[in-house]
Amino acid sequence: MKVLIPSPLLSYTKERKVEATGATITELLADLDRQYPGLRFRVIDEQDQMRPHMRFFVNGEQVFGMTHSLSPHDEVLIVQALSGG
Amino acid sequence: MVRSTKKSAIRKPGSAARTTRAPRRHPARRVLVLVATRKGAWLLHGDATRRTWRVDGPHFLGHIVNHLVLDPRDGRTLLAAAKTGHLGPTIFRSTDLGRTWKEAARPPAFAKVPDGGKGRVVDHTFWLTPCHANEPNAWYAGTSPQGLFRSDDGGITWEPFSVINDDPRYRTWMGSVQDGTPDGPKLHSIIVDPRDPAHLYFAMSGGGVHESIDGGRTFAPIVKGMEVVEGFDPANIAFHDPHCVRLCPSNPDRLYQQNHCGIYRLDRPSKQWVRIGKNMPKRVGDIGFPMVVHPRDADTAWVFPMDGTTVWPRTSPDGKPSVYVTRNGGKRWQRLDSGLPTSQTWWTVKRQAMTADAQDPVGLYFGTTSGELWMSRDEGKRWTCIARHLPEIYGVEAAEV
Repeated sequence: MKVLIPSPLLSYTKERKVEATGATITELLADLDRQYPGLRFRVIDEQDQMRPHMRFFVNGEQVFGMTHSLSPHDEVLIVQALSGG
Repeated sequence: MVRSTKKSAIRKPGSAARTTRAPRRHPARRVLVLVATRKGAWLLHGDATRRTWRVDGPHFLGHIVNHLVLDPRDGRTLLAAAKTGHLGPTIFRSTDLGRTWKEAARPPAFAKVPDGGKGRVVDHTFWLTPCHANEPNAWYAGTSPQGLFRSDDGGITWEPFSVINDDPRYRTWMGSVQDGTPDGPKLHSIIVDPRDPAHLYFAMSGGGVHESIDGGRTFAPIVKGMEVVEGFDPANIAFHDPHCVRLCPSNPDRLYQQNHCGIYRLDRPSKQWVRIGKNMPKRVGDIGFPMVVHPRDADTAWVFPMDGTTVWPRTSPDGKPSVYVTRNGGKRWQRLDSGLPTSQTWWTVKRQAMTADAQDPVGLYFGTTSGELWMSRDEGKRWTCIARHLPEIYGVEAAEV
């Protein structure tokens, strides 16, 4: 599926749109981390929770759970909700 | 991830020769000053006389870098503790003095708890300490919230170290985020006895000073004599707030400590800290963050006092910044402010933002919360600003290459 990468993670992927696979958000991030080592821990903490300010949208709808189901034709947006200075 | 870095050579303010000085011995090795800031890191390469500095950076622009440390065992490996305001924490590693960087494969992280449990999450790595000279490639890291980690492969992979991260007593002493400093409670001042790699100290802000004599298998508090905020019980380890602890390289049985409640000295095997800050001028007090020791003289140490009155402004007392030095183990203190601003100056210096090199005479360096880097080539007699307009400075280390 297509995954849109936010600019703070471009140092890993080098491009905004990448392809990755997975039946859940957890699996998708595992595949992204396999392709781009280190990316997952910047987004997901050691308790397998989304870090504050990291948001996931699937086909335009925000999802909150790591077990949210995905299908191969979904489009996933990873967004950094920027705040502070 | 591999990065290249920008480099530029500039003459820093204040570096112009002012007077003719007596010839002095040129040091054989050059000083490299490592500056960690809220928005990235800079490396300043000194010339042989420490008068001009070549600036290399920014590295990791936009990253919060709490500590940047050179491995003294190989003289070329750098570790940087970094995160951004939004991405998770990591460690970057360079084996070519910052020309290229690679990210740690497994940064410090707490153990995963079973589903449904409430596990801790490393917000940032705050402190980096190379292990003993006889343990090449081994490092310790302290985090916020408080955790102790170790790497045995030069900083590529990190594991929780010792029992303290999950020990119920230590977890009580660590308190919660609500008990910590404004940007999170810290584990810091990880110290390795140069005579014995199994003899370790660390400090927690808050949570006291702790010692291990068995290579970190067990730790015990060492807080006797340390004061706590009035009205609290000093017997409760959680109430102790050491800001910075340093061991004297020339006498590893002597430690100095800058605490939330004063300046202390400890001479082992005693376990009784002595509040040497009571000898500081009353109008200045003995509150501050950093503590710096002399590389060859255990009676000499420097502090940078801040205003710890009323609501704790944590600025230079009376708007007049100054370093203070003791030359006799804390019996007397001398003000060292020549060259520093004399009024209306409201910055301060954070706990790992002041350090000394090992040259003769010793060079001192401190970075301010307003992004200025100051140095003295004569052990504090005269200060010069060598860089300004940097982001808020969190860490300053002086290495020799």
